[in-house]
Amino acid sequence: MYNHMVVGLAPPERADRLFHALADATRRDIVMRTMRGEHSVSALARLYPMSFAAVQKHVAVLESAELVTKRRRGREQLVRGNVGTVQDACALLEQFEAVWRDRIDRFGEVLAGDQPEGAQT
Amino acid sequence: MTVTTVHKDPEALTMTITAEFDAPIERVWQMWEDPRRLERWWGPPTYPATFVDHDLTVGGSVRYFMTGPEDDTPRGWWRVLAVEAPHRLEFENGFADDAGDPDPSMPVMIIGVTLHAPAGGGTRMAVETRFPSLEAMQQLISAGMDEGMSSAIAQIDDLLRSEVTQP
Repeated sequence: MYNHMVVGLAPPERADRLFHALADATRRDIVMRTMRGEHSVSALARLYPMSFAAVQKHVAVLESAELVTKRRRGREQLVRGNVGTVQDACALLEQFEAVWRDRIDRFGEVLAGDQPEGAQT
Repeated sequence: MTVTTVHKDPEALTMTITAEFDAPIERVWQMWEDPRRLERWWGPPTYPATFVDHDLTVGGSVRYFMTGPEDDTPRGWWRVLAVEAPHRLEFENGFADDAGDPDPSMPVMIIGVTLHAPAGGGTRMAVETRFPSLEAMQQLISAGMDEGMSSAIAQIDDLLRSEVTQP
């Protein structure tokens, strides 16, 4: 799998949309639910104390951030979570984890080989 | 020494790494407090760090540069937000321009270090890295690649594959 993150990272405007989309609790909930299974917009609308139009707007924000995908089935719009995008945020954190694991390894090595203060000649 | 836990929160954009060392807390603190010790671990072997300023007081400034294999010298800075020796250190960490001054076009991350001595002996250290936004995180990572962190990047493919359920 050759991911965009490996070759050159997502363009900043995409990250902006992603961050904005994830900054809302309802939208995060929609992402979590639709990652587990496809939901229609009307089924989602019944879950939250807000109008169908408001939920539809949240879904549109998520769709433009590529956090969900939408398809039509008859009169219904079905929403599915896009696991890959959520993984991007995780993968970015993984990179920093690797950086810090290396640092902590060196930290431990230097500490182990270090003369305690006062023991130096 | 062991890395005991790594906690990543993709929504809060934080990563916390915890390690235990078989050394008294004062010696672990020295690893941050003494620039000569700090520079032995901060940069990877291909980009060793040299700390030119190192003022660990609140508001104090720390400046460093790293020396790469092609004599490139990326520069970085810290601004100390909190310091309580030997238990806590919090600072902003960013990239600097060629003169060593903070580069305003680059995002800043916040690093919080907590040390404590558990009853059983040794020292536990937690390092939390907090990113202002996902965009900032990406920017920092692409800049970090210039500092010889690319070996970490090679692992992503595998990690992406293994990381199926999130968060």
